[in-house]
Amino acid sequence: MKNKLILSSTILIFVIIFVVFYKSLKDTNIYTPEVKFNNNIPTFSAEFLLSTDKLSSNTIFERDKYYLLNIWASWCVPCRDEHSLLMNLNKNEKLTLIGMNYKDSKKNAKSFLDELGNPYRKIIVDKNGTTAIEWGAFGVPETFIIYNNKTIKKYIGPLTQENLLEIQNLIK
Amino acid sequence: MKILKVFIIIFLLFSFNNLYANENNERNEITKNLRCLICQGQSVYDSDSDFANSMKILVDKKLDEGLSDKEIYNFFKEKYGDWILYDPRLNKNTYLLWLLPILIFLIGGAIIIKSFILKK
Repeated sequence: MKNKLILSSTILIFVIIFVVFYKSLKDTNIYTPEVKFNNNIPTFSAEFLLSTDKLSSNTIFERDKYYLLNIWASWCVPCRDEHSLLMNLNKNEKLTLIGMNYKDSKKNAKSFLDELGNPYRKIIVDKNGTTAIEWGAFGVPETFIIYNNKTIKKYIGPLTQENLLEIQNLIK
Repeated sequence: MKILKVFIIIFLLFSFNNLYANENNERNEITKNLRCLICQGQSVYDSDSDFANSMKILVDKKLDEGLSDKEIYNFFKEKYGDWILYDPRLNKNTYLLWLLPILIFLIGGAIIIKSFILKK
């Protein structure tokens, strides 16, 4: 009786361990931060790329307007890919594009825009990467849609054609 | 005289060691408990990646602003979620993590006590 109990409990324990390990084997270890919506946007002050003004964030984002904040850098290859999509989005008058130049040199950033066009209304400079962290970003490119000072959507990685349609539906 | 000289040299050698005291103690304590998100498995303190270096700058900035370590943890938790902390707080996702050791300890203790009583 006792032997049977030990045997069955051993088998049970092994089955549980097997299931746990088998399940976590398939889980990816790469963690992407949970995307929180309706988060208030952070306040920060930043320099502009194309002018010498210094402004705080609450003068950039007005209420009742849709904004797209795109974190980009000239050294970032996927940024190059999504750039044509951003140029496309810029045609939409309801949406204001704000760029955040991430850990880049002014010279390279400018030649990047000269080459591919400038879709952004304003470009803020994030020289040491701290402003991007305030936004909860951890790489380039990342895109935020902002409405009424709240983040309503966030895309990690380059935008795709589907994302573009989604954004256009969102701001209708 | 010679002995005195040797002693002075030894004394000087040892006293210069203190020059390398750790200046960023508070910052190091905090960054050791922050997970680097792009170099997973490393803390921000250990990592030298771009992201980790930015985090270090930001932690310094927050410390200068006079925030406590708890406030800094909360700041990062709000941005990136619980995962960023190596020392997760007790909540509905982590209660099993926190209670399991206690549970195992209690069950083990119960088994030991039971076998002792049964032997008697």
